Amino acid sequence: MPDTILVIAEQREGKLNRVSWETLTAGQALAADTGWTLEAAVAGGSVGDFARELAAKSVANVYAAESPKLDPYTPDAFAAALKQLIESKQPKLVLLPHTYQVRDFVPKLATAMGRTVISDCVGYKKEGDRLLFTRQMFQGKLAADVSFACDAPWFVTLQNGAFRGDQVETGGSAAPVETFTPEIADGAIRNKPLEVFKEAKQAVDLTQADIIVAVGRGIKEQKNIDLAKQLAEALGGELAASRPICDSGWLPMDRQIGSSGQTVAPKLYLALGISGAIQHIVGMKGARTIVAVNKDSEAPIFEIADYAVVGNLFDIVPPLIEEVKKAKAGS
Amino acid sequence: MNILVCMKQVPQKDAPLKLNDTAAWIREDVSYEVNEPDAYALEEALRQKEKHGGEVTVITAGPARAQQVLREALAKGADRAIHLEDSVFVGLDASNTARAFATAIKDESFDLIFTGLQSDDYGYAQTGVILAELLGWPHATIIMQIEKTDGGIRVKRELEAGYFQFVDMPLPAVLTIQSGINKLRYATLIGIKQAKNKPLRKVALAEVQSVVGANLQKIERLYVPQKTKNTEFLEGPPGEVAKKLVEKLRNQARVL
Repeated sequence: MPDTILVIAEQREGKLNRVSWETLTAGQALAADTGWTLEAAVAGGSVGDFARELAAKSVANVYAAESPKLDPYTPDAFAAALKQLIESKQPKLVLLPHTYQVRDFVPKLATAMGRTVISDCVGYKKEGDRLLFTRQMFQGKLAADVSFACDAPWFVTLQNGAFRGDQVETGGSAAPVETFTPEIADGAIRNKPLEVFKEAKQAVDLTQADIIVAVGRGIKEQKNIDLAKQLAEALGGELAASRPICDSGWLPMDRQIGSSGQTVAPKLYLALGISGAIQHIVGMKGARTIVAVNKDSEAPIFEIADYAVVGNLFDIVPPLIEEVKKAKAGS
Repeated sequence: MNILVCMKQVPQKDAPLKLNDTAAWIREDVSYEVNEPDAYALEEALRQKEKHGGEVTVITAGPARAQQVLREALAKGADRAIHLEDSVFVGLDASNTARAFATAIKDESFDLIFTGLQSDDYGYAQTGVILAELLGWPHATIIMQIEKTDGGIRVKRELEAGYFQFVDMPLPAVLTIQSGINKLRYATLIGIKQAKNKPLRKVALAEVQSVVGANLQKIERLYVPQKTKNTEFLEGPPGEVAKKLVEKLRNQARVL
């Protein structure tokens, strides 16, 4: 019997988190490369509909891990339920998206099973019989190929955007869906979660902007943000920032781009004084054209830039504003 | 509230990194600093102590140079430090590190253990969660606020896309702390002086050897990432670069 890959999809707020399609695409690619069987699972209070959505894709089996104790999400319940599912189905490889929720439970799950997680992977390599998982280290400055040095199950989480959710293959006919009922003891769940909420009223929806000018720590002081604002205005775009700028209160939280903020894919993204830390990049790597200005020629942002300027943004931006104004006036 | 803060020393953010001979790690002759999320975790612990009393203990696992992180923490107001001192810790994974920590603190009684949400070098985001599982404690991750309640604590979890969630938890518990939860303080001169007299317990590898084993995963190779984009570098004096860039954005990228 071939080994199995088990993709664990994520559902939240009544829908499948669309990043689950990316994980399924990765599972399909790995299954094709290894010859292993692909299965999927989703956990929650009532997940039949989500399981059926997964079953419409090219996958051999889908498991709906259901229990009222799985709603709302808690790490105690999810780790317990998925441990039982994995012990029952014995996959070789367990794939999950690297979401905040997965980060909250998968290290606990793996440790409870005496295993390890290779997290936030951006790809994989098959070298002969060996599977290596590629991940970024040192905030994207270096890449690492990592192998498992233990028995199955192997746990891997995948970075947002590392695989294309829109490329997931549909199945010919619906895969069988099996309901799996975990046993979760009374008193096993120690956290009491309250309602999920959005903090501040979203004054600006950056996901709708065609052009974004984003500032990072390179802007140095709050008053310098005005320079970036002028560029944004000249371009007819929106102002945004990496997390440290918002943490300092220099721009409101709804201007934040990255894993904790907005994920955007504008036509043009100008990154000014942004180093390109992973948590920021996952929020904007889908932009059609990326321009980066940074003093540091080794800044990881340059790996994803279409146009790169290694230099001082305070020297570059003023003439850039002028040129943009000229171009717009002339057209 | 007795709080333990797990801290890590990592290469400085702008340190130029070079691969070592085996290309399985970096050359260690770089400058180091405290892992930024851990600095926020320490700050949060100090604030909780200021509000509720108790003690803040800091712990790190690393070579002699890592002591700097502990000294800075003591100077900022931590009361005690524990140093698992050995260079072998640099190459140990999160599972091993968590096991070493758990063993080093087995005779202590903490109410809370904080870690930064992840390290800036490995970026795994696992040590705190693994430690909670090993200790049998509840945990929550990516925390932006902590309030004491009758039953324990109420924490504010950060979720993606600007969403948050409050969670009520009993103590003791492990929390991984998000950057930006607070504003970092500077160590004062008095603090730096006082730090010299604060207890710093060294724990030798031998004391935790029984729980530390081979890593369950292995970095086979480290390398400069292959570029998938054809980046065009624009050079020249700023005025020229500005002109070139606008021209490219207009005619090549067609976004202007």
